Amino acid sequence: MSRRKTERLLSLVVCLLSTRRFLTAEQIRQAVAGYPEQPEAFKRMFERDKEELRELGIPLETGSLSPLDGEDIGYRVQQQAYELPELRLEADEAAVLGIAARVWRHAELAGAAAGALLKLRAAGIDTDYPDAGADVRQGIEPRVHTAEPAFGPLWEAVRDRRPVTFAYRAAGRSEPQTRELEPWGVVNRHGRWYVAGRDRGRDAARVFRLSRIEGDVRFAGPSGSVNVPAGTDVREVVRTWDSVPPRENTAVLRVRPGAGYGLRRYATGPADADASPDLSAPSSSAPSSSAPSSSAPSSSAPSTSAPSTSAGAPSAPSSPAGTGGWDTISVPYSDVGWFADHVASFGADVVVADPPDLRDAVIRKLKGVLA
Amino acid sequence: MSRRGKTPGGPGVSERPRGQAATSAERLQRLLALVPYIVSRKAVGLADTAAAFGLSERELVDDLNLLWCVELRNPDPYCPIDLSYEGGEIVVSQAETIGRPLRLAVDEASALLVALRMLADVPGLEDRSALSRLIVKLETAAGEAARPSAQVAVQVDKPAGDQAIARIRDALDRKRRVHLQYYVPGRDEATQRDVDPMRLLVVEGRTYLEGWCRRADGVRLFRLDRVLGIDVLEIPATVPEDAQPVDVDRGLFRPSAEDVHVTIEVSAAGRWVAEYYPCESVEELADGWLRIGLRTPDTRWVRRLALRLGEDGRVIAPDDLRALIRDDATAALSAYASA
Repeated sequence: MSRRKTERLLSLVVCLLSTRRFLTAEQIRQAVAGYPEQPEAFKRMFERDKEELRELGIPLETGSLSPLDGEDIGYRVQQQAYELPELRLEADEAAVLGIAARVWRHAELAGAAAGALLKLRAAGIDTDYPDAGADVRQGIEPRVHTAEPAFGPLWEAVRDRRPVTFAYRAAGRSEPQTRELEPWGVVNRHGRWYVAGRDRGRDAARVFRLSRIEGDVRFAGPSGSVNVPAGTDVREVVRTWDSVPPRENTAVLRVRPGAGYGLRRYATGPADADASPDLSAPSSSAPSSSAPSSSAPSSSAPSTSAPSTSAGAPSAPSSPAGTGGWDTISVPYSDVGWFADHVASFGADVVVADPPDLRDAVIRKLKGVLA
Repeated sequence: MSRRGKTPGGPGVSERPRGQAATSAERLQRLLALVPYIVSRKAVGLADTAAAFGLSERELVDDLNLLWCVELRNPDPYCPIDLSYEGGEIVVSQAETIGRPLRLAVDEASALLVALRMLADVPGLEDRSALSRLIVKLETAAGEAARPSAQVAVQVDKPAGDQAIARIRDALDRKRRVHLQYYVPGRDEATQRDVDPMRLLVVEGRTYLEGWCRRADGVRLFRLDRVLGIDVLEIPATVPEDAQPVDVDRGLFRPSAEDVHVTIEVSAAGRWVAEYYPCESVEELADGWLRIGLRTPDTRWVRRLALRLGEDGRVIAPDDLRALIRDDATAALSAYASA
């Protein structure tokens, strides 16, 4: 860091803000200390300085000094375009702002959030210092992570409306393919980042999971060259793409007492009348609705808990020992392949009675383990 | 490549280790915030201001001196900024044109607005009125810069049944113990446990109850969509003083040295495993296969995973785990043979 450079940039900002008329480069050189006399050296330095100001978001305007003399270019910054408009927050709003500013901590937009907070504090708004620790609003701590390296460049592309190209390995593919995309937006769903846009190669809307992008995301065109179709709701595009096909099939499963909770949760009912009670746990505290939640066996990956979410614990008490009576339940599903995988994961605790294609798929799966 | 309005590393706000030099642009950004910060507060203490900007007092004084030294020469030399910091109190008597902060850049407006709209989705946040008022105010203040933020969205999963959330909020507010019936998919168990609630966490779109689990005698996270039932007990929550909250910034699941190290290879069809579980190492093999290394305190879920993967996965180590998985598959197949 050079102190002289900081001084020069600061003087330049004040100088450009103080003028109503456009100033020529030469007038600026005379007013701002620190520029070299030599014209070429000055020009180079001035160009770099202008670029730095623009990168900071300072609205540097370029204009013609007089309509008669189009050759002479001048510069200025209009106070109104520079200033953050007047903004007053109530105490409760400022508290929410403090929570929001922490959402991106250590993620891609952390610096941007901190920068925003700094400007708002500069406008006289008092939020808690982010390091204050204990919450203003006790008990809520939201975070978003951006572990995927593609997030940064894709956000820039979305922001600047630039097409991009990247190598993408679709689910189950052994080789990545190059895709060219006009990005419309990035969406985090179930904790994963997606980019939606128009795939140029396929000339259709497509959604890509950021974690499956391999290598660098490169720009494939200038800023402003992407047109997001009017009325596009990127959340909706991703939701539709990720939505579960209707569960039109029904499996009849035999389940060992005290096991198979991950399937019992979605059971539409016992298939036979003399089935023993569904859960050995007190049924009074069971959820009133058995509506499949987002963790229902539906997404492309199973909702298995991450390894250390909870404590090691003895098994839940099972039904009276020695009865040998297994429960029979009906569970709706959409895709045989996916559901077979899910059922197989319960091992000897769950046996498919029907339909035969599901039964065969599970047996094939289990044989695959021994292969 | 231009990054309009980028804020590298977060100027001054504790993201940067103290003592690390900022670039001139970063320092300029800080100075442009410092002047209005003081002006809007009439007078502020050196120590408070230094803390707010994540600076040492010496660094702050250096900034103030720099501001005071700025000089414009045309036509006559004059100093646009006048200030003093005698007796530890900073007063800016003349700030010229930089008395107000710079507008929010696109990235800055987006970071806040995306976060706020996500908060609007967070279950259990009571004060939605403050949230909506703040969103409107920021959108208005940011103007054009607020527009691209509509193209980024973070969805928060809605746990089935708002009842659980309401009860947890109630327990948090009244500092009461809860009884949970909680599903653990990795072991296919519905467990019963008493928990003293600490916080609601919303990480990666999922909502968790963080609490002191009386059965495990430790801090545990419970995903709300796996809570089968919850009752607020009329027993005061007693979280031990030394209970360490999870550091959400370092990831929710951190393996410990005592954990079992598991090596598993998956085919192209099983690559999701690397995205889905916290892995220690991921190595590309031929034909789209991956070799994954991970640590876990409990290998039961790995056994279930192996059955799910079938021929698309193979556990390489440890040996006893491999043997267990073969036993699991054999037992399951014999259930079919006898059925």
